[in-house]
Amino acid sequence: MLQIKELVAEIDGKQILNGLNLTIGDGEVHAIMGPNGAGKSTLGNVLTGRDGYEVKSGEVLFNGKNLFDLEIEERAREGMFLAFQYPVEIPGVSNMEFLKASLDARRKHQGLEELSSFDFMKLARETSAKVSLDAAFLKRGVNEGFSGGEKKRNEILQMMLLEPQLCILDETDSGLDIDALQVVANGVNAMRDGKRSFIVVTHYQRLLDYIVPDHVHVLAGGKIVKSGDKELAKELEAKGYGWLEGEVA
Amino acid sequence: MSEQVESLIRKDYAAGFHSAIESDTLPPGLNEDVIRHISAQKEEPQWMLDWRLKAFEAWQQMSEPTWAHVHYPQIDFQSISYYSSPKSMKNRPKSLDEVDPELLETYKKLGIPLHEQEALAGVAVDAVFDSVSVVTTFRKKLSEAGVIFCPISEAIREYPELVQKYLGSVVPQKDNYYAALNSAVFSDGSFVYIPKGVRCPMELSTYFRINELNTGQFERTLIVADEGSHVSYLEGCTAPMRDENQLHAAVVELVALDNAQIKYSTVQNWYPGDKEGKGGIYNFVTKRGIAHTNARISWTQVETGSAVTWKYPSCILKGDNSVGEFYSVALTNNFQQADTGTKMIHLGKNTSSTIIAKGISAGRSNSSYRGLVRINPAAEGARNFTQCDSLLIGDRCGAHTFPYIENRNASAVIEHEATTSKVSDDQMFLCQQRGLDAEKAVSMIVNGFCREVFKELPMEFAVEAGKLLEVSLEGSVG
Repeated sequence: MLQIKELVAEIDGKQILNGLNLTIGDGEVHAIMGPNGAGKSTLGNVLTGRDGYEVKSGEVLFNGKNLFDLEIEERAREGMFLAFQYPVEIPGVSNMEFLKASLDARRKHQGLEELSSFDFMKLARETSAKVSLDAAFLKRGVNEGFSGGEKKRNEILQMMLLEPQLCILDETDSGLDIDALQVVANGVNAMRDGKRSFIVVTHYQRLLDYIVPDHVHVLAGGKIVKSGDKELAKELEAKGYGWLEGEVA
Repeated sequence: MSEQVESLIRKDYAAGFHSAIESDTLPPGLNEDVIRHISAQKEEPQWMLDWRLKAFEAWQQMSEPTWAHVHYPQIDFQSISYYSSPKSMKNRPKSLDEVDPELLETYKKLGIPLHEQEALAGVAVDAVFDSVSVVTTFRKKLSEAGVIFCPISEAIREYPELVQKYLGSVVPQKDNYYAALNSAVFSDGSFVYIPKGVRCPMELSTYFRINELNTGQFERTLIVADEGSHVSYLEGCTAPMRDENQLHAAVVELVALDNAQIKYSTVQNWYPGDKEGKGGIYNFVTKRGIAHTNARISWTQVETGSAVTWKYPSCILKGDNSVGEFYSVALTNNFQQADTGTKMIHLGKNTSSTIIAKGISAGRSNSSYRGLVRINPAAEGARNFTQCDSLLIGDRCGAHTFPYIENRNASAVIEHEATTSKVSDDQMFLCQQRGLDAEKAVSMIVNGFCREVFKELPMEFAVEAGKLLEVSLEGSVG
């Protein structure tokens, strides 16, 4: 699915990723943990092509294609999805309209026909029920006046509708109560089908009780300093990151 | 010496006059003879000619206003031709093949049917067949309801008592420089009269007068809604109009008598000039309505065209309980400049007004909102709510707000809200990360910003207006 080789990237002249290597196979769930400022969010932003992040060297292959040859929207249409840590509002643009335009773009790219308005509304209503969002949210402006939890559930709604191949969840659990956390986790688990892959960026082991990862990586100083299975997350929870400091250097 | 020069000019002019009649276009220049010629061509009664001459006299004493936040080279009013017969088809393209392909591309994007494209591009077709039948059924239905909807030149001949009573009653000849010029030389325009208690059976649209295009750069419109009547009027078209006149100075007057309602919607999309800011229409428009007791006047406008726009559709709330509304979207791109807004003049008791103005600036353009809310001493219990929002795209454009509030009655409630925002990188990134390209993303964000105004437009118009913004914003990102 994804091969990251010796990735070096910076923002505002400051190097954040420092020769990162990571390979994600089809159907795998990888958790990325690490101390503040380690480059966890940067990874998601660099992969999805956000402005301001400059790739200095290294290579990323997404399903065999050179990722950096693709525009932001092309990466999205190819099936790369980022669930935002801080989803922004787009006042006046209804959620429904936004979702339809996004899905149309993705389906067009896949050579599929656009869904009719009727079929789309049905699908959108069903999906919003799965993430416990009232259908009324579909008519409201994108994230306009949504609470923190509603915004995150809206991200998962988008993810479920677009059916991406690789989902990157950027601290989706931050600021969520247990109920909302479960909704998010259920959404992700329902989408695990042996083919779709996930990168779950999180600070806390808690989320990984619900979304059980195949691999856990510690990102520090701009590279992966330790990898393991789900037990590593528990170890980190108990011991913190301090004991890994030697490996960062 | 000056006498000599003058006689020379006159001579040249007299010589040019003959050929002018042949080609039905006057040579450039403005004087009393030109006005007499226009009036004669339209077979106007004496009172109309006198009215025009009075306006011309006033205009000569006036000077061009300079207070607006727009910059353009001095206009030489003597270099403009003030009359061109609508029948002249000589210089028009013979078919769409001769029309600028870029214009055709825009029509395609807006989804305009072929026969309309021909009419809009000014192709010399004798009749637009599809619309002729539409016009016929349309006229029949209107006359059954007693509604008068015709060119104003026709109304001057057929309904002189109505025209004489109301023409200039809202925008007097001397109102301002451009209104005076328009009063002197107006070429044509629309006249509407809705009889007492009649609800106009359909939206009146200039579209139905498509075969009478080329009403010229000095359009004059007069709409009178008699007591208890309703009318909705649509002006303009979302398609860019081919036009060789650089200066436009229109006047629109609305009269809403007791309990009447007038809704006036405009989509203005004149040629805005090229990407370097060359060419484009100068649009200096005076639009005003007077609302009598319990009457309501509502202006909705979407302005995306013209190089320079100077326009303030206004309401005089004369009668008690009368209501004035102004909903506006003004979009400027490249080097366009717009200075637009409204005036709400509260005279009657318990009058209320609402102003929602949305300005969008992209490229190197400048967009200004200029508004006046005046509450007169007798306007007990008056209310106003104003909301001005500006949206900036890129960092080379400007948005400006000039709100004036003059309150002379302590019981008035006046609210003013204003915001300025940018299309943020985060919003763009969210859209693009969900698979939308940059242009689609901008147009979606801008459409969302304009939603409150678009919902005031008649349905079909609202859809077209959305598409129009998309086309107008092309090239504003990336």
